[in-house]
Amino acid sequence: MSYEFLQILWFILIAVLWIGFFFLEGFDFGVGMLLPFLGKKDVERRAIINSIGSVWDGNEVWLLTAGGATFAAFPHWYATMFSGFYLALFLLLIGLIIRGVAFEYRSKDAAPKWRNTFDWMIAAGSFLAALLLGAAFANLARGVPINADKMFTGNLFTLLNPYGLLGGLTTVSIFLLHGANFLGLKLEGELRERVNVFAKKLWIGATVLYIALGVFTYAAGFWARGIINPGIVPIAAVVVLLMAGYFINKKMEGRAFIMVALNIVLTQVTFYSMTFPNVMLSTTNPDWSLTIYNASSSQYTLTVMSVIALIFVPIVLAYQGWTYYMFRQRISTDKKTLVY
Amino acid sequence: MDIVALSRLQFALTTIYHWLFVPLTLGMGWFVAFMQTRYYQTNDETWRKMSKFWGKLFLINFAIGVVTGIVQEFQFGMNWSEYSRYVGDIFGAPLAVEALMAFFLESTFLGIWIFGEDKVSKKVHLASIWLAAIGSNLSALWILLANGFMQAPPANSYVYNEANGRLELINFFALIGNPKGWVLFWHTISDGLAMAAFLILAVSAYHIVRKQNLEFFKRSFSIAAVTGLIAGMLIFLGGHTMGQYMAEVQPMKLAALEAIWETEQPASFSLFTIGDLSGKQEVWSIRIPYAMSFLACNNFTCEVKGVNELQAKYEQQFGPGDYVPMMVVTYWTFRIMMVFGLVMIAITAFFVWANMRGDITKAKWMKWVPWMLILPYLANASGWILTEMGRQPWIVYGLLKVQDAVSPNLTVVDLWISLIGYTVVYGSLAVAMVYLMRKYAIAGPDAAMHESVDVAPAVVGSQD
Repeated sequence: MSYEFLQILWFILIAVLWIGFFFLEGFDFGVGMLLPFLGKKDVERRAIINSIGSVWDGNEVWLLTAGGATFAAFPHWYATMFSGFYLALFLLLIGLIIRGVAFEYRSKDAAPKWRNTFDWMIAAGSFLAALLLGAAFANLARGVPINADKMFTGNLFTLLNPYGLLGGLTTVSIFLLHGANFLGLKLEGELRERVNVFAKKLWIGATVLYIALGVFTYAAGFWARGIINPGIVPIAAVVVLLMAGYFINKKMEGRAFIMVALNIVLTQVTFYSMTFPNVMLSTTNPDWSLTIYNASSSQYTLTVMSVIALIFVPIVLAYQGWTYYMFRQRISTDKKTLVY
Repeated sequence: MDIVALSRLQFALTTIYHWLFVPLTLGMGWFVAFMQTRYYQTNDETWRKMSKFWGKLFLINFAIGVVTGIVQEFQFGMNWSEYSRYVGDIFGAPLAVEALMAFFLESTFLGIWIFGEDKVSKKVHLASIWLAAIGSNLSALWILLANGFMQAPPANSYVYNEANGRLELINFFALIGNPKGWVLFWHTISDGLAMAAFLILAVSAYHIVRKQNLEFFKRSFSIAAVTGLIAGMLIFLGGHTMGQYMAEVQPMKLAALEAIWETEQPASFSLFTIGDLSGKQEVWSIRIPYAMSFLACNNFTCEVKGVNELQAKYEQQFGPGDYVPMMVVTYWTFRIMMVFGLVMIAITAFFVWANMRGDITKAKWMKWVPWMLILPYLANASGWILTEMGRQPWIVYGLLKVQDAVSPNLTVVDLWISLIGYTVVYGSLAVAMVYLMRKYAIAGPDAAMHESVDVAPAVVGSQD
């Protein structure tokens, strides 16, 4: 396999890992943010947590694998992005830490204060993580100051520009909608009714923000700065989001869920095609951008990693898919059936 | 403090903290899997209760290990970007494989184990705890192979690429066949077993003293005693092997952990030293002749190189600089680790003997056993502090120094914010974790049987 082929392959693989992460953990984040607002009684909150209890940890591993794969395949991308986005990533980690522990701990004590505290930690952690991931990706699309030594020269406030913030809020709103659709599929009875009402409202907010982000992207000239033109992909992303609205109104939960999931996937595809073959655009000087060519590992390492990925990715997909199949039933608010 | 010192401090704190939880996860998984297997084979309800009760403690501990592990993966890039650029071509691979091969396995099947008891067959439920245990131990393997490269990079695994100024992998099998990594792995997983054994011993003793669930806790106690003894001996053998390997690849670390200033042949071992370790004045110490030679090369008369000779050699090889680790730390952590390790072997040997001899439930010493839980924790932390501090000033032994590895774009303010943030969050989580662990440990097996988890604080057997 040629060196260039491997570099493109690993760019695609990392894109797939991020897509998988946003698709899967996207609804976990949404469910987490909705938790204190949707669940009025303790048992309802337990049902909501149980709906993702068996899978959220596995979903989060997609992020770890994306991080590890970036380190292995594009060390400069990993080094520049992780050190450059230092405080943003620190806050992301805090968000992930508090929500992860809270999932496990909130039901292990009966005191209402204990449970309420952890419920808000789940919501706050999920919000923080969604916001920061969205802002980070928006900044990658926008470009960040990088010098000739591949080093980020900005700070946290460089990332908190209007476009970055809009990207963050849009991500939050899409994940909220994704989470609501997921819960519509997983819950039953009164909770299911309630979440369907939520979904309608959330859809309006998400659609407005999403279109605003698209217009901003186009107007500010962040569009197609690599060698690929995303073409109709972003248009398709808007179309599926509009269709999601239609299905939500028709109470066709499964289809609504698939449409928002598709929107997330297509948005990610748009993102990668906007910048390819760049992985981090430099606003200081376009020649100093990190590309799949100047940021990658050696041909040997990429070859080894390809072989390993070829063996293990299908295995992982098989057993993770099987888990979802295994836990496909709806979650009731019958205490006997709840684990957490 | 400058950014190097702050980054080091942060790495030390986050890593030591993470490592307080992981060994218990590594070891406890095997115990729970074993107990559930016995239940599967015998249908004996006590085995089921055992897997549930110890499983509950396993999960409370597991949660913190997992979430703090994300920090571990991210901080190589966040705080050590120059390191990541310099060795990413080599070091990234085991990390990616760890996520792909181990993290997915562990998290997915643990999810099935927790939530799937009435959804999957008994056989699948049993398989899921085994796969989760295998997953966490596999992750230890990959991260230790990565660490093994930092400690002792195998010469045939990499080359320096002049064109882009970094190290590149040329032989993956040399990387994963690195003996240093495998010895670390052996030492570490047996240590995980010992830690889990001591937790089981401590909690069982608490209940045995109070005459609660005697059958349950006696059985737990004897399994843990036997396993603890075997694990203790495996740790010892692993550590001993490591000593000889260290003499070969990290002689400075070996000299520093014993504070040998001048090369000795045969070398004696100091049990205890009073006075300063700077080598400039006479100190009072209890010494065992020949013992250090035995540790270093498995015979009683070999030469053990001293710090002064090695420092001179490194200056010649790598240029001027201080190549001596912080001696006070290496000397004393080594002693804490080793003495506590030996005490653990002695204690578990005594437990096994006492258990064979008669009824342990009436033993007077039983009330002291819960306090012994501190031993594996201190031994463990000391061991890793020794391993990591002992390779200073190197981040990759002989190839890259810590001071050249830090992210140059960070500011002191960035680092103080993250350092304080981690400390506050980690500290609060530790409080919640200890509270839950204590509550469930004291509440006993009946509370752990109910999936409804409304256990009142520290009261025996009260749940709705």
